[in-house]
Amino acid sequence: MAMSEPDIGMALVNIVLLGLLFVVGIAIARLRSLFAIVMLSGIYSLVSAVWYVAVDAVDVGFTEAAVGAGMSTAVLLGAMLLTSRTAKPEKSLRQLGPLLVCIATGIMLIYATVDLPAVGDPNSPANTGVGLTYLRVAWFDTGIENVVTPVLGSYRGFDTLGETTVVFVAGIAVALLLGFGERSLAETIRNEDKSLPKATTKPDPENEETDA
Amino acid sequence: MKSDHHVILRVITKVLIPVIVLYGLYVQFHGDFGPGGGFQAGVILAVAVILYALVFGVPSAMRAVPPAFTRSLAAVGVLLYAGVGFWALLQGGQYLEYQALFQEEPGGHHGQHVGIILIELGVLFGVSGAMLTIFYAFAGRVAEIRDEDW
Repeated sequence: MAMSEPDIGMALVNIVLLGLLFVVGIAIARLRSLFAIVMLSGIYSLVSAVWYVAVDAVDVGFTEAAVGAGMSTAVLLGAMLLTSRTAKPEKSLRQLGPLLVCIATGIMLIYATVDLPAVGDPNSPANTGVGLTYLRVAWFDTGIENVVTPVLGSYRGFDTLGETTVVFVAGIAVALLLGFGERSLAETIRNEDKSLPKATTKPDPENEETDA
Repeated sequence: MKSDHHVILRVITKVLIPVIVLYGLYVQFHGDFGPGGGFQAGVILAVAVILYALVFGVPSAMRAVPPAFTRSLAAVGVLLYAGVGFWALLQGGQYLEYQALFQEEPGGHHGQHVGIILIELGVLFGVSGAMLTIFYAFAGRVAEIRDEDW
């Protein structure tokens, strides 16, 4: 949306959401219980998803909600179960280095935002270059209403193929590194199923739909 | 599985999982019109199975969706995506040139629609298969979440 005049409501929403992110970030840094940290990082993702929607990046917000809040919370939960439940307290001297790195990075990022165009600025590079071309020609070229889909699937089909391959390779790599636990568990299940023909098999009709 | 003080959790999960799967399919097939697409839908479908695994135990989830299936699903997804590219090649176009799938003139949209639906399906299979493979690899090492962890 073009913002010709300052919008007090949007500014307030931004301040509240970014403030929430800040508070959650501080809480994550201070907590020692890994379970609470995993849950709070899910909340962090959810709040940032809401914030992406507030700045009109709906697709990014959607992905953040699905991947950040859903997937990575579940995977982190699984990873947490493999280790102890609380983090060891660090010596305060050793926290100094990371703190300095964070502050330096933050200062550089804030310095960089001075050069960024305003949200929705029609003259920004993102809106005048190839983005404008996509908006003009996508409908004639593909006849698909959501312009994001032809950009990802059609104009940048090679990129998306590469991304899918990266996800696939990541899955295979993790299975190769850790897969022996999975295999032994699957083996146990198969043996149990053989020894108990009907006792433990409960059909789960809902789950079969996920095969589609 | 054994104790019964998670009964509310289990009932709610059983109600939620079909809704999650349905929503994932909606995200997949509505991607032409609204936000969403194969990546998000794949993750949502994977999360439905993961939720099942967290509440009912990984062994039950592995019975419903075996690890060998998730691995093959990921491979089939990438193959499907790459296959659309070769289909375009065989039709005389360039790799992943959907316009060439049915040898249409510019302005014809049938090939674009079919191509994008197919590659989005490939992304869906690839992402949900890979995500579940990763989850099983982690979760296969611990049988179940202990009660005190909730």
